[in-house]
Amino acid sequence: MALLPEEVRRIALLARFELKEEEIAPFTDKLSTILDMVEQMSNVDTSHVSPLSHPLDIHQRLREDVVTVFNSRELFQSIAPDVLAGLYLVPQVIE
Amino acid sequence: MHTKTIAELVIELREKKISSQELVQHYLNRIKKYEPQLNAFVTVLQEDVLNEEAKKADELRAQGHAKLLTGIPIAQKDLFCTKGVRSSCGSKMLDNFIAPYDATVVRQCQDAGMILMGKTNMDEFAMGSSNETSFYGAAFNPWDLERVPGGSSGGSAAAVAGRLVPVATGTDTGGSIRQPAAFTGVTGLKPTYGSVSRYGLIAFASSLDQGGPMTLSAEDAAIMMNVMSGFDPLDSTSVEREYGDFTQHLNRSLSGLKIGIPEEYFGPGLDPAVGAVVQEAIKEYEKMGAKIRSVHLPNNALALPAYYVIAPAECSSNLARFDGVRYGYRCENPKDLMDMYCRSRAEGFGAEVKRRVMIGTYVLSSGHYEALYNKAQCVRRLVQNDFNTAFEEVDIILGPTTPNVAFKKGEKVNDPVSMYLSDVYTVGVNLAGLPGLSIPAGFAHGLPVGMQLVGNYFSEDRLLNVGHQYQQVTDWHKRMPAHV
Amino acid sequence: MVEWEVVIGLEVHTQLATKTKLFEGAPTAYGAEPNTQAGLLTLAMPGTLPVLNREAVKMAVKFGLGVGAKINATSVFERKNYFYPDLPKGYQISQFYTPVVAEGYLDVILDEGEVKRIGITRAHLEEDAGKSLHEDFHGMTGIDLNRAGIPLLEIVSEPDLRSAKEAVAYLKTLHSLVRYLGISDGNMQEGSFRCDANVSVRPKGSDVLGTRAEIKNVNSFRFVEKAINYEIQRQIALIEEGGTVIQETRLYDSDRDETRSMRGKEGANDYRYFPDPDLLPVVFDDSFVEEVRKTLPELPAKKRERFKEQYGLADYDAAVLSTSRDLADYFEEVVRVSAASPKLCANWVMVELGAVLNKTNTDITQPPVSASALGILIQRVQDNTVSGKIAKTVFEAMVAGEGEADDIIAKRGLRQVTDSAAIERWVEEVLKANPAQVEEYRSGKERVFGFLVGQVMKASKGQANPQQLNEVLLKKLTQ
Repeated sequence: MALLPEEVRRIALLARFELKEEEIAPFTDKLSTILDMVEQMSNVDTSHVSPLSHPLDIHQRLREDVVTVFNSRELFQSIAPDVLAGLYLVPQVIE
Repeated sequence: MHTKTIAELVIELREKKISSQELVQHYLNRIKKYEPQLNAFVTVLQEDVLNEEAKKADELRAQGHAKLLTGIPIAQKDLFCTKGVRSSCGSKMLDNFIAPYDATVVRQCQDAGMILMGKTNMDEFAMGSSNETSFYGAAFNPWDLERVPGGSSGGSAAAVAGRLVPVATGTDTGGSIRQPAAFTGVTGLKPTYGSVSRYGLIAFASSLDQGGPMTLSAEDAAIMMNVMSGFDPLDSTSVEREYGDFTQHLNRSLSGLKIGIPEEYFGPGLDPAVGAVVQEAIKEYEKMGAKIRSVHLPNNALALPAYYVIAPAECSSNLARFDGVRYGYRCENPKDLMDMYCRSRAEGFGAEVKRRVMIGTYVLSSGHYEALYNKAQCVRRLVQNDFNTAFEEVDIILGPTTPNVAFKKGEKVNDPVSMYLSDVYTVGVNLAGLPGLSIPAGFAHGLPVGMQLVGNYFSEDRLLNVGHQYQQVTDWHKRMPAHV
Repeated sequence: MVEWEVVIGLEVHTQLATKTKLFEGAPTAYGAEPNTQAGLLTLAMPGTLPVLNREAVKMAVKFGLGVGAKINATSVFERKNYFYPDLPKGYQISQFYTPVVAEGYLDVILDEGEVKRIGITRAHLEEDAGKSLHEDFHGMTGIDLNRAGIPLLEIVSEPDLRSAKEAVAYLKTLHSLVRYLGISDGNMQEGSFRCDANVSVRPKGSDVLGTRAEIKNVNSFRFVEKAINYEIQRQIALIEEGGTVIQETRLYDSDRDETRSMRGKEGANDYRYFPDPDLLPVVFDDSFVEEVRKTLPELPAKKRERFKEQYGLADYDAAVLSTSRDLADYFEEVVRVSAASPKLCANWVMVELGAVLNKTNTDITQPPVSASALGILIQRVQDNTVSGKIAKTVFEAMVAGEGEADDIIAKRGLRQVTDSAAIERWVEEVLKANPAQVEEYRSGKERVFGFLVGQVMKASKGQANPQQLNEVLLKKLTQ
């Protein structure tokens, strides 16, 4: 299942990775090898099998609607790259 | 002192043959001595902090307030969040991340009175089978310093095998506790999915990740499971049940125990020398009265392909939060938002993480979801069905943990698929959510061989009993590596 | 010339009125200091995990029952993956394949009094995003995550709406419903009730849908109407000039009254939905749904019918008074306290109170006069303590905060005079002072009667009982 370099570029953009031009070929090569291995799955018929997204057959628990979280902004923002007046700063988002 | 198990140290502490301060200082000295060779730690706590903790533990004991594990040193894999201590996950992305809270497992160990010695090295974001993808450099196998300790919990394995701590935690998504345990000759348990809280465990693949102990014996693993397991309301996938005392049945007789040997675990790809070691272990079990029979896991060959769809899919989403906005690495002088995202993530993550995130992005993207992601989830059910069928006939499934012994550093680093193959016997257990125990079963080519015991859901007490009984008649788990 | 048919479907995001977020016990109050209501999960700290808020689920089910929908016994949370600074996890937890609420409907009363049934495709739970503040922070954007993770119910309608007016009528009905159910405060200024509109046009008679444009985040009923109307005209003009409508997202600019393409903004979006592995399927047993059903209030349509039946109100009055639960409750309290005719009470609430609310730009949740106070005033009309006209003066004084009806009546001496001797005195005074008009009346020009009534009323300072006044005046004039 060979990937094309354009597909690798598209995936990298979706995943928000800057890839340098010289990285495209090795990534394309290695990702293709992995997908080749993954391809073995197509040998088995799963048309009558339902997907399993979770190993245990249990259901979602519900939490009571009670406030358990209190303001820790100072602590949380002490590890932030860039804050001002309680806000997280990022390069301008242009609408 | 460092050759002793937790079970033994507990008695020495109780009988005041040693103090916690002596114990902590002893391990600290060993860390200082061997860490330069092993690189098992990302962070070691400061000596004065550790001495203070040990002193407190001794005071508690003097006052008669000591719990079973008060003053026992432990190391946490660096993907458990530890409040006020860097929790890097082996990544440049989190090199500056001082966690603002404790993982449930970390809190449980603290509540039990254990002393956190440090955070262990690991493959970046737990993605790897050799510890070579760590931002902090590879950890080394104390049995052969040219070889890898396995991964992703390689630092924990090296630290326990090197007797730098009596116990360390690991996490296992596709074999990350059992494979390094096998490579370094220690005992590693991956518990049933949902029995150890994932809260505060930095996620790789949420439906597969499970924390567990890495120890010198099955008995120690049982002691640690009493600490680490339990229902956690902060984790929706945590199972609400009575977990009981994991040490209770350690001494149960194995007479009549039905052990299944899956042919698929002994096929081509298995190093015959490793296979021979495991065959010897099977004979040991027969001598103890177990009934051996063959079982089939016909879809085992598909477990690895399915795993390399599901785990990357989940991680591609789980790792989206590392965007340079609220914590972690942000690139220098981003020119706009897109540039900040793309460069922070390109510079903050290593190649293997990028590969897996990209595979995951691909399998979830439109046009591939059905053929790849959904297909893998269907295969996952087939793999689970295989185990369910086998457990209708046997109590335990036994085989090698890995097809080979520890490989050399650099040997597989450029061939991801051959690296992935070292998890070929372990990933199915994660897909099905079952408990798996790896214990030392002997040596091949002078290196430790691990034997994997797989039990039915929530049968850890039985699994540990089966491991413990083997360790009563063998001493593989007591062998010390040459380089420590 | 082709006649065009307009096809509109609406997606409404309504913030649920829970105390805490959808997956974390962090508070949801509006207007807090930035990032003070953002806990570890809201900030997507590594290792944090979501646990679902029971109240949010109940509210979603309550809504489903309110629109006669099927409640899915099993529903699943999926992740919608995309990068944006106001989305800390890099994905939004939402429901894609299996929402909590499946098909339902909403009956909407149109202007002409016609009832139109609008299909509801689905309603699902999801997390709200944070806010980006674009004020200039040294060329940076500020991110406040207080809103991130607040539960939203996204309500998707069928493309059953045929005009901007119908769309607004549907929205108002839906707005009233969520407030009736007590699941949202519906505050549009604070963004608790937001609307995206999918608009397309097709030649009348065609059964193929035209290509639609999605207008994002329009935050008032008025703007919804204007945005849709602009978009309809734009699409028709485009097609008539030989162009084609492209499927895209457009933003409504209320300053310029136009919609603008957001093309290029989205790039190659691919949301990569998949089941959230941190959450398990939500499974309801019947008792959960039944428990919620027990908490359902009387809904607008039912209340409207009851008002007509129980109080003999006209269609229009019944419809207006049942638009909001607060208004309906107010009206019923007025009826109960006054023990007067419901029609009279309806007039007071709709006309007099309505005017004050309009003038002060407030709503019934903060009435200037309490329902029981108004009830007592109306009782004073009913028992002839004051006339209807004087009552309006008393009401104005009550609005001005001068006190209760009885106090004002006493203090200002507004009590209606029913003493017939006094009334006769006023009548005689007036007749004496206006001989010409009396003559006119007696010679057959009966319309001066009204003038004379007015004069007597004036003489009594408005306090004469009108009925008695009429009787006495008539008697005297025909003597």
